[in-house]
Amino acid sequence: MPTVTYAGTQVTVNDEGFFTDPAQWREDIAPLIARQEGITELTERHWQVIKFMRHEYDTKGSGPTVRVLGKTSGVSVKELYQLFPHGPAKEAAKIAGIPKPRGCV
Amino acid sequence: MLGDGAAEIVVIDPDDEHVYQPGLLFVPFGKAEPDSLTRPRHRQFRRGIAFRQAAVDRVDLDGNKVLLADGTSAGYDVLVIATGARLLPEETDGLTGPGWLERVFTFYTLDGAVALRRALAEFDGGRLAVAVMDMPVKCPVAPLEFCFLADAYFRERGIRDKVDLTYVTPLDGAFTKPVCNRQLSGLLKDKGVGVITEFNTGEVDGAGRRLVSYDGREVGFDLAVVIPLHGGQSYVERSPGLGDELGFVPVDQQTLQSKARPNVFVIGDAADIPTSKAGSVAHFEGEVVARNVTRYLAGEPLDAVFDGHTNCFIESGSGKALLIDFNYDTEPLTGRFPGRIGLPLLRQSRLNHLGKLAFGWLYWHVLLPGREIPAVGSRMPAAGKHLPSASR
Repeated sequence: MPTVTYAGTQVTVNDEGFFTDPAQWREDIAPLIARQEGITELTERHWQVIKFMRHEYDTKGSGPTVRVLGKTSGVSVKELYQLFPHGPAKEAAKIAGIPKPRGCV
Repeated sequence: MLGDGAAEIVVIDPDDEHVYQPGLLFVPFGKAEPDSLTRPRHRQFRRGIAFRQAAVDRVDLDGNKVLLADGTSAGYDVLVIATGARLLPEETDGLTGPGWLERVFTFYTLDGAVALRRALAEFDGGRLAVAVMDMPVKCPVAPLEFCFLADAYFRERGIRDKVDLTYVTPLDGAFTKPVCNRQLSGLLKDKGVGVITEFNTGEVDGAGRRLVSYDGREVGFDLAVVIPLHGGQSYVERSPGLGDELGFVPVDQQTLQSKARPNVFVIGDAADIPTSKAGSVAHFEGEVVARNVTRYLAGEPLDAVFDGHTNCFIESGSGKALLIDFNYDTEPLTGRFPGRIGLPLLRQSRLNHLGKLAFGWLYWHVLLPGREIPAVGSRMPAAGKHLPSASR
């Protein structure tokens, strides 16, 4: 597994850059991951989604899909795309330090 | 365990028409007749099983009863939820607006499949977009099969060169599991089907003939075949504590006991488990649910375990099909099923196509009456599969 260093902390990620151990994530790491994704500033609305992703992962063991985010996070799907332009479920999961939400097949 | 006659079984359903859903795929191409796909529901049950035709208003989990739309109720010791998934076309902006059933169709309902047959017959060129709105959907390979069959259909009509076939998916590939994705992507390419990935459709503009994604991309079409959003049944939403935000019912992945109450079990598409929403899954779950319900009623610990076993024929056109067989831990692999001598896995063959056709008969005469298919058990067989060394 590749490792990346954020704010002096070494974390393990998978090939696509998703944390393999969500316990290694800290709030001060999130803006650094966001910048790599091209998001220069994390607003309050970004944080609402990031914290929701963490909460969902902690309680259910996987991150929510875009559709579930739109129904439950308090942020509409349209706004989610404005906040996380490369696909909210994946991008917010990456910034929140949780594994890639699994596609249901 | 329980003796004969110790349990009384009542089936509640709002209608008495059972549709053979795998047949819907063939209706638009004139390869299945709508009349041949439905049979009376009550005729499928074994003697001793009562059928009550009524819509469900909601489930009273504390009172152990199902409240029916006609104002009556049905009490239970154990409730098995088998109410499947519901299509939600109205949840996508514009989908049921102008153009719906004129140039925008779905083959996921009998009426839709019949209407699409007429539209396909009149279609003489342009772009046909096949678009999945979002996961989960029933039978996630069906939209790909539709592309393969459409390719063969237009070839037979001699107008394939006038048709641009495009598959539009919210996933990052034709299928999420790597080995199968490679195989199916290759097949789409061979058949000249364009693929647009990570396209989350936010709007279907039937008048403007375009799909618009949430991130602002557009796909134009002359004819669109969409797989609408899916959710659980509305009574689940009206039953506090029963379902999740999409109306599916959370269960233990192994025992299929609901997380809401120990005396509620779930079988088939209604469950929130990470498998395909497929008939084979419901079939393989049957043995597990039946045993665990029996154990539960006898006051014994649950011991039957579902491994996520899924088995799908994938019709690839021109009288051929592929077969995939997988579970929670093992992705679809090459090899043979159900053992070293058997149907070829993940490879086009005429044998698999014949298997798919024979399956219609097996469905009505073996699966629905609850009989076993010889050599095909609930658990996924490992024999015959080419397992990578790292796989379990």
